[in-house]
Amino acid sequence: MQTQTEIGYNSKVEGDVVVTRVDAALNWFRKNSLWPMPMGLACCAIELMAAGASRFDISRFGAEVMRFSPRQSDVMIVAGTVTYKMALAVKRIYEQMAEPKWVIAMGACASTGGMYRSYAVLQGVDRILPVDVYVAGCPPRPEALLDALIKLQNKVAKEPILSMLKKVA
Amino acid sequence: MPELLEIQIPDAAGRASQAAQELPERVKSNAEEVADLPTEKMVLNMGPSHPATHGVLRIVLELDGEIITKATPDIGYLHRGDEKIAENMTYTQFIPYTDRLDYLAPLANNVAYVLAVEKLMGIDKQLPQRCQFVRVICCELARISSHLLGLGSYAMDVGAITVFLHTFTEREKVYNLCESLTGARFTTSYTRIGGLARDLPPGWAEQCRKFCHEVVVNINETETLLSRNRIFVDRTQGVGVVSRQDAIDYGLSGPNLRGSGIEHDLRKTQPYLIYNQLKFEVPVGSAGDCYDRYLVRIEEMRQSVHIIHQCLDQMPGGPVNVPDGKVVLPPKDRVQTRMEDLIHHFINVTQGVNAPPGEIYFGHENPKGELGFYINSKGGGTPYRLKIRSPSFVNLSILPRLLPGHMMSDVVAVLGSFDFVMGECDR
Amino acid sequence: MSVVPNPSPSNPPPRQTETAAGRLSPVTALSLAQKLQRQFEGLISEPTEFRAEFSLQISNLQRISEICSFAKTELGFDYLVDMTSLDHYGEDPRFTLVYHLYGYGHLQYVRLKGEVSEETAEVPTVTGVWRTADWHEREIYDLMGIRFKGHPDLRRIIMWEGYPYFPLRKDFPLSGRPSEMPEVAFTQQAPLAGGPFVTIAGGKDTISREPRVRIPDTDAIEMNSRLERRRDIKGAHGEARAPGPIQPKKERA
Repeated sequence: MQTQTEIGYNSKVEGDVVVTRVDAALNWFRKNSLWPMPMGLACCAIELMAAGASRFDISRFGAEVMRFSPRQSDVMIVAGTVTYKMALAVKRIYEQMAEPKWVIAMGACASTGGMYRSYAVLQGVDRILPVDVYVAGCPPRPEALLDALIKLQNKVAKEPILSMLKKVA
Repeated sequence: MPELLEIQIPDAAGRASQAAQELPERVKSNAEEVADLPTEKMVLNMGPSHPATHGVLRIVLELDGEIITKATPDIGYLHRGDEKIAENMTYTQFIPYTDRLDYLAPLANNVAYVLAVEKLMGIDKQLPQRCQFVRVICCELARISSHLLGLGSYAMDVGAITVFLHTFTEREKVYNLCESLTGARFTTSYTRIGGLARDLPPGWAEQCRKFCHEVVVNINETETLLSRNRIFVDRTQGVGVVSRQDAIDYGLSGPNLRGSGIEHDLRKTQPYLIYNQLKFEVPVGSAGDCYDRYLVRIEEMRQSVHIIHQCLDQMPGGPVNVPDGKVVLPPKDRVQTRMEDLIHHFINVTQGVNAPPGEIYFGHENPKGELGFYINSKGGGTPYRLKIRSPSFVNLSILPRLLPGHMMSDVVAVLGSFDFVMGECDR
Repeated sequence: MSVVPNPSPSNPPPRQTETAAGRLSPVTALSLAQKLQRQFEGLISEPTEFRAEFSLQISNLQRISEICSFAKTELGFDYLVDMTSLDHYGEDPRFTLVYHLYGYGHLQYVRLKGEVSEETAEVPTVTGVWRTADWHEREIYDLMGIRFKGHPDLRRIIMWEGYPYFPLRKDFPLSGRPSEMPEVAFTQQAPLAGGPFVTIAGGKDTISREPRVRIPDTDAIEMNSRLERRRDIKGAHGEARAPGPIQPKKERA
């Protein structure tokens, strides 16, 4: 059963039309209201704040509700260097987030450890979390973060949501 | 004329204040019954991931009701090993790492580090005037930008969310200036040993002046939003009082020190660059509370604008780098046509500048306080030991002394008024 | 060696300031350093100067607390700017402690240096003199491993409690060593790919500064063995170390 992203009538799959629409509709709701959990650790957090400020408005994409509570958020934006001391806290907070959840690794330090190849820096947050989108840059411009958010939205839109729900149920 | 009747309809706030006035009597009558109830102190973890701790700071608070009895900060969540990295990098290669120390004012850190290395090499007196003027403008722009963000997030934490958006708009203008000057909005890595990466682009001075005119308007606006705001004043006046003696003993620096009444600014007492030619005032607080520190920062921003205007007025022409091929990369056309310059370029890039053996300490007036670099060199292109004396590390050490006695809700006000950055604190 | 400093932007001329006794007198960093040295004759060396900064070498750090209280109460050094430690791996004594003092009254800096050997690795604390030394000493203990006698709360501040190494020592590689503390933290070795590809400090020529191969674990040992060999060969280029040792260093056996 193919998940269609466009909400339109497609006669070829008439038998699945209703399911497809709900799927796409639910994904559309989800992707346009991704509430970020800003794991703002270092310099990238400042660019994250700038993305949330009025010039590069992240609320155009439905994501200005920066919930610092993991229970109420959808996407964790790991912005900044993750050190070994902080790693377990990040992991714990990720585990507290409710499904469905995604992770954006913002910046070079979160993606691969960045220019800090040292004894104290975790070389990429993907060693402890499953990352969906990596954003390059040190720090990435807010436009790059918004681009990552759009990529994530496209990824969310393609998720076979109802089949996942059926599996869980 | 009908008679005017006065009707009092107490709203929720009115009823609450009436109840608060009646409370002492009720409590007094209950005091004996309550006195022998066993109470426990609650341990609350203000975790590394917290919206109001300005980065990854963890404070373990012991609370007796609402009052804090013990506060233990736990830092190191952003320790990236900068000092050890410095032992493995040439002096020029370390410049990007200095950006990320106090990441709210990267230009200031760049200038501080490069001045320290130049002091070690003994070429700080040979810096061209134009270079010094541009560096001062960079420092003051960084100061304005850092205070804007400090105040914006402080106000947001204390409850005034609009201020954050206002100050960030001005910060975006600073970012535009930085971008046209250095190529990056932020994390600029602009200065080089013996000069700057590049000269001012054409038209930059006019943009800077225009920014200065606009930012003063914005600072005035911020002040009207906060300085006489009843809620802000209630939350900050009398809160977090640091006495003069404590400020000196705990090694505070920057606006935190000046808020406690000590008139000490490294730009005036240990002048570097061309600060002794510029006229500016140093704002000093009197009460040492959060409100005074806030006022000091607002006034410092105005003085920085004043400094930038003077620099732009007095800016000389001329080269922007020390004319020494062993220190500064020679221009590319000479590198590709002359042997000596090619050798200088090669050695400079691969081995780094040849610093003499020795040790220096250089303290710089950063927006957060005194950023000091202690460089111990055994000769060659890399330092043997680079210690970064970070103002935020030292400023935070006063928290175990300052917080007990305050209420839980004052913690946020105190932390915001100290304006620390964990990138600098943990290095 | 005493040198009268030249007035320059980085070293302003002597200030006419009010001393603690209330008299106006010219106070320079040199005069303060000399006063401190004369008070503890035999314990502190003559001030050495480099780039208009004065350093005093202390031969026995066990009396540092006394020296610092004198500096604070009598000479007006009421602000401990910084405390650092240096690791001279391969030399004995191995560590050096550096104190930077400043006074808000006379606006002068002075630097105190003292040596700590690896066997004792313990120095009295100066938190009784300046409260700010508290965190500085904790950081030195954390990163370098020097203990402080009498410190109110000596525990790790930057790395976590229970981290088994002292990262800033020269024999600890930049990429780190693996460690595991369940439920608290873990570390792994960072991939350095044979780097870092930069020169090593010290060393007169390129051969000693840029070896063909750098193995992180033996880096410090490599570097110091090269420095030793160079020291044996040359005496003329004798400024291999920071100026001002009071005793000749013992060679590694």
